[in-house]
Amino acid sequence: MLRCEEAAIRLSMWGAMQLAVVDLAGERGGEPVFSGISFLLVPHGSLVITGPNGAGKSTLLRVLAGLLPSAGGRIAWEGGGEDWPTLAGSAHYLGHLNAMKPALTVAENLAFWRAFHGSHRASVIEALDRVGLSGTGHLPFGYLSTGQKRRVSIARLLVSRRPLWLLDEPTAGLDRASEAQFAEMMDEHLASGGMIVAATHLPLGLSGAKTLEMGGRRTHGGHAEVLDGAATAPGGL
Amino acid sequence: MLALLVREIRLGIRAGGGALTGVLFFLAVVSAIPFAVGPDISLLARLGPAVLWIGALLAGLLGLDRLFQADREDGSLDLMIVARDTHLLVATVFVKCVAHWLVALLPLVVAAPVFGLLMNMDAVAIGAATLTLLVGTPALAFVGAAGASVTVALPRGGLLVSVLVLPIAIPVLIFGVSASYAAVNEPDPFLPPFLILAALTLFMAVIGPLAAAVALRYAAD
Repeated sequence: MLRCEEAAIRLSMWGAMQLAVVDLAGERGGEPVFSGISFLLVPHGSLVITGPNGAGKSTLLRVLAGLLPSAGGRIAWEGGGEDWPTLAGSAHYLGHLNAMKPALTVAENLAFWRAFHGSHRASVIEALDRVGLSGTGHLPFGYLSTGQKRRVSIARLLVSRRPLWLLDEPTAGLDRASEAQFAEMMDEHLASGGMIVAATHLPLGLSGAKTLEMGGRRTHGGHAEVLDGAATAPGGL
Repeated sequence: MLALLVREIRLGIRAGGGALTGVLFFLAVVSAIPFAVGPDISLLARLGPAVLWIGALLAGLLGLDRLFQADREDGSLDLMIVARDTHLLVATVFVKCVAHWLVALLPLVVAAPVFGLLMNMDAVAIGAATLTLLVGTPALAFVGAAGASVTVALPRGGLLVSVLVLPIAIPVLIFGVSASYAAVNEPDPFLPPFLILAALTLFMAVIGPLAAAVALRYAAD
């Protein structure tokens, strides 16, 4: 009984924000890559997309981010209210590329994305602190190592608020400690009512995530129910 | 959007000087002409405005292919497309065009009076050529954005951008040069070609970013 009340409170606080994907199909250059993908994501919920290379993980994320048109099916973003009316506007997209300029300093890069994306959350210094890069703000981004660059890119997720994180191989190039740190950040994001869709073939250390297995060269009928991650996400509200 | 403008200007100044290469190329074109034409001073003065305009046009085409390609290669373009609900892609492109003009084309306008001296132009001719360049070069940035966005996915799209952009930039060249000449040659009126030049810039400021935004939207893969 208590669980139901809790859930009701959560729903009222976060509206009934949800990402519903029904029978989604994607293609790359006219070639179908996957089809029949369905899942439902609600606040506190996370979905890990796994599968071999070429299974269409990145394509799925790019379709969700609105960078590629879908080849069929339906993506519905509901209950975002006035703050988060559309899916693309409610999402942080962390792709393979870091979207930072080597000629600018780390702080300048982050400050730009913070100003560009709006909905401020952490300050640039706080975010760099959080990913363990305090004191590197004045360095040109091009001077950093691969893992450090990735961590700056992850810090970008912290400087602006977005309910949905779309992560494409987020931990590529990270060391063990940074992976753990990032897992902690994702848990915090989920605990505060966020949602995560992550494509990866490395374990992310994400507690309570549902898994969507995309297999082979063509995936058909991948299906994951991520109805309420709250039961397993630590912290709650 | 102000943040984007500041970032673009910083990049233009810092990352290997797009501004300086343009001006150097401009200087190369203008200083080569007297050697080709010969030591006829009055002929040089008559050619002056046209040479300045051709030099500025060619120098302006130089950095265009990198306008969106650099952002595409490091993933920034993806994020700008994802953020299109808060910042219309057209507005993002417009700001990038303005920044490109400030960094790459405005230095050409500033350098034009100095290069005018190389062509033995008198003060009025230099003033008129500089003024028409000031009003006409923004059109190059806006048309260039459309060309650059079409070729954004091509690794060696530089020449293609120039070929695409040049025909659309020809009217700008025609009215820019004719306004410059009209300022020196007595019976010709200066204002009509100058106003058409200004109208062309305003027209391109609307059409260019719009076309570029549509092309970028569908270039994502």
